[in-house]
Amino acid sequence: MKRQTENKKRYQQLVKEISPKPHYIKNCTWAFFVGGFISMIGQFIHNSVERMLNLSHLEATNATILIMIFVGALLTGLGIYDRIGKRAGAGSIVPITGFANSIVSPAMEFKREGYIFGVAARMFTLAGPVLVYGITSSVLVGLIYYLLK
Amino acid sequence: MSYLWAFIVGGLICVIGQLLMDTTKLAPAHVLVIFVTLGVILTALGIYQPLVDLGGAGATIPLPGFGYSLAKGVIKGVNEKGFFGVFTGGIEATAGGITAAVVFGYMMAVLFNPKTK
Repeated sequence: MKRQTENKKRYQQLVKEISPKPHYIKNCTWAFFVGGFISMIGQFIHNSVERMLNLSHLEATNATILIMIFVGALLTGLGIYDRIGKRAGAGSIVPITGFANSIVSPAMEFKREGYIFGVAARMFTLAGPVLVYGITSSVLVGLIYYLLK
Repeated sequence: MSYLWAFIVGGLICVIGQLLMDTTKLAPAHVLVIFVTLGVILTALGIYQPLVDLGGAGATIPLPGFGYSLAKGVIKGVNEKGFFGVFTGGIEATAGGITAAVVFGYMMAVLFNPKTK
């Protein structure tokens, strides 16, 4: 028994040594530049719509998010976003365009299972958890704020 | 100048996400959930707002920005509608984004097919 656990430990040690280490610096550099670049495009859209459509700051922020979601969904449909994502890692996952990507990607993939169980259900594989935890935590915050007010 | 700060703030938020994925066994789904929740909490504590003031889209485009909108919305909802606002404020502020994600997401998934790799 003791020997078995010892072997197990040694095995795990071996697995740890052999499994490839992620290239931290390379990955982080890609994430920084791609994530930063997407944010900069967002800022450009924000400034443009604010000026051209005469929107308030908050309206411009919301309009920017709409446009970015549209672009992220479109680029995913065209197969471009996943090609960026291969290198960019979190740089393409964390921005709101990545949220759109996480909706379109599985929905497209499972289309053969039909438009209800395939497309519509799979859209929320990743977006579902995000909405559940986001909305629930915001309700908790609201509740605490209401009680403290 | 606003572009530079958007780049830096947005880039750094993504680096934090990358580090979370590389140093732990967290999957992208975990990171996204953590980021949204963190966005809500940091906004409630008043920590995220300065980041938005500084970084603009660099703070609102990454996913914690979604949490920021939710939290800001729910506080506005409570201020305007009292208890009922606890349940309506968050979605009201993010309605556009959620609707866009559902409609555009569905549209693109129907229009396009996955590319064979």
